[in-house]
Amino acid sequence: MANMAMTTAAQNEWQGDLSELKGLVSERALTGETMMLNMGPHHPSTHGVLRLLLELDGEEIVSCIPDVGYLHTGIEKNIEAKTYEKGVTLTDRMDYLAPMSNNMVFCMAIEKLTDLDVPERAQVIRTICLELTRLNSHLVWLGTHAIDMGAMSVFLYCFREREMILDMFEMLSGQRMMGSYIRPGGVWRDLPQEFLPALETFLNYFPAKIDDYERLLTNNPVWIDRTQGIGVIEPDVALAYGITGPSLRASGVNWDIRKTSPYLTYGHYSFDVPLGEHGDVYDRYIVRVREMRESVSIIRQALKHLTQASGGFRSNNRKFVPPPRSELGQSMEAVIHHFKLWTEGFSAPDAEVYMAIESPRGEIGCYLHGTGGNKPRRVHFKTPSLIHISALSMITKNHFIADVVAIIGSVDIVLGDCDR
Amino acid sequence: MNIAQALDPVVTLKTYFPDVIQEVIEFRDEVTIVIDSEQIVRVMQFLRDTTGLIYNFLSDISAVDYYPDYGHRPGRFAVAYHLYSLLYNRRLRIKAYVQEESPSLPTIIQIWPAANWLEREIMDMMGIIFEGHPDPRRLLMPDDWNGHPHRRDYPLGYETIQFSFNVEEIMKHKVKGQK
Amino acid sequence: MGVTQKLGNLGVVTTTLETAINWARTGATWPLLFGLACCAIEYMSTQASNYDLARFGMELNRASPRQADLMIVAGRVTRKMAPVVRQLYDQMADPKWVIAMGDCASSGGVYNNYAVVQGVDEILPVDVYIAGCPPRPEQLMHGILTLHEKIRGERINEWAK
Repeated sequence: MANMAMTTAAQNEWQGDLSELKGLVSERALTGETMMLNMGPHHPSTHGVLRLLLELDGEEIVSCIPDVGYLHTGIEKNIEAKTYEKGVTLTDRMDYLAPMSNNMVFCMAIEKLTDLDVPERAQVIRTICLELTRLNSHLVWLGTHAIDMGAMSVFLYCFREREMILDMFEMLSGQRMMGSYIRPGGVWRDLPQEFLPALETFLNYFPAKIDDYERLLTNNPVWIDRTQGIGVIEPDVALAYGITGPSLRASGVNWDIRKTSPYLTYGHYSFDVPLGEHGDVYDRYIVRVREMRESVSIIRQALKHLTQASGGFRSNNRKFVPPPRSELGQSMEAVIHHFKLWTEGFSAPDAEVYMAIESPRGEIGCYLHGTGGNKPRRVHFKTPSLIHISALSMITKNHFIADVVAIIGSVDIVLGDCDR
Repeated sequence: MNIAQALDPVVTLKTYFPDVIQEVIEFRDEVTIVIDSEQIVRVMQFLRDTTGLIYNFLSDISAVDYYPDYGHRPGRFAVAYHLYSLLYNRRLRIKAYVQEESPSLPTIIQIWPAANWLEREIMDMMGIIFEGHPDPRRLLMPDDWNGHPHRRDYPLGYETIQFSFNVEEIMKHKVKGQK
Repeated sequence: MGVTQKLGNLGVVTTTLETAINWARTGATWPLLFGLACCAIEYMSTQASNYDLARFGMELNRASPRQADLMIVAGRVTRKMAPVVRQLYDQMADPKWVIAMGDCASSGGVYNNYAVVQGVDEILPVDVYIAGCPPRPEQLMHGILTLHEKIRGERINEWAK
């Protein structure tokens, strides 16, 4: 197979057929004046199984052709074969650094399609979970980004704090990463009693740790040299290429879906949207670190809100949400609802909705088309990583090959999110 | 800053492109405008650049396959473009139906470069050709893959899960397969 | 191995060549720095401060397959990725071991569909399977210790594979 020769790890110089890449590489590549270099899919710094085909003039990048799909697992097609409720477990595994965001966008699309109301308390719990997920994702991002740039200790610190978040997720859902905690109509169960003290401890502990990371990196001359002025994205270019999230805000465009079209209970809280000025790797780092501080403040406000929030942890609409187990022994109706929901599921109208929320990486959208039955006709996720990887060829142009790793790290891609 | 008065996209499109709009659907506060697939580039350009509309951000392009019961619809496939206006903070869905035989649409990559991979994904997974696309290779599946997996008539292709009640039947097939 | 005998005045350790080599291999199994999906994140957690895989002599990850002894297949193997995984395995020098980490690598997991190889054992010989989606770091450690046990028990006539 020609593919296999191209993807060799040890034999790095690419020996494939250039004719199929005509128009993507420069004219000089066809004459052999520039060198084609294969990076990935097995590479320690591509954050997953991303393959880049680089055309090099010395150390300078003439063109960069990303190749994805090495993690395409047919999640969308699989969800089409399942009932709505069962599909939630698959969404966890798309963007595996922010599983709750994926749960959330899918559940919100279902709730919009079926016109299902969610009680306020459930919304507050979801907000807390989403912000914890954002911290979780940013911590992994910071650790791996720093390790790519040679700062090993930041990785160890970040993962130490991340374990505390994972412990809380485990309290909530019984699983460290893929909890499927957020369900259509609310959340899986109420907050366990040990969760709130653990969260309080974490919130008191964590801001000082952000200071620690900043002390290690923000004024570090090596870090500044490697990040400032690298991978600049102009604001209008960023919008045209569809870049969203912290990477867009680092370019100075003030667009955060939590602010512009507040979902859940974000409208009740006051928080800043950090903006960058230059749109380079350094600014993207600064924006994310400041976002972590904002997330802590949002969680604090949400905790206050939680004490006043009305309603239960999930909707009481028995057509969509299963009854509590305590009712099953007493009510025949509850047994019927339970049986119907776990065998057949609920049905949704033959119509389409699009729901977008702010995931840690950017705008994650879910296009959901019902059939009128209990399975969706089409689920399509607009994922930020796909768009960001497609923009890589634009960002990396005329940079040195050593900067590619910095740029890939800074736009924060997850290949599971990209390939689905 | 002086921001021009926002215009209603449906009314504006009906005024300037009277014969392009086929249907307007409103569902749960979302507006879907079904348009003639030939005119997609002109309409998109208009929506992006007209004062009062300025849908300057392409959120998503998704394709739907209505197989098997698509008789009452204008075509088997539909492609939905999700636009967003940062200025007016509102969303709009433009939808175009595509025929089953030689499904194709003009590309809009010259309007939004973001459409590049979104269109490639649809070409790969749904088999709808975007004419004029500069890089029509497969995006997610291997180059030598047959078929377009997201079509409804493409099998999910799974192994039967083995339980105690069907183990004998599965083993029977396995032995047969080995011979 | 008779290390305790060293406590006396003798200063001599007696053992078989087989045990000595297996002991050395167990303590210096270098994993390939190779992650596919979600499980790779848990693998990173296992390497990081809280779980500290260095306690078992496993902290040194090599990005090059030529220098690695152990391939931890952490994540779902797709049909597009399968030739790459196989090639990496082929490039590793003998002796080499494979751990299938997680449900997807062991059996295809939740992805029972067209795109995913139903278990990495369709393309590689696997020594240890670890269940879980993704497995906890403790589970991965248990899997690695199970592999160590297996290595310690290997016979001299099995070395020439």
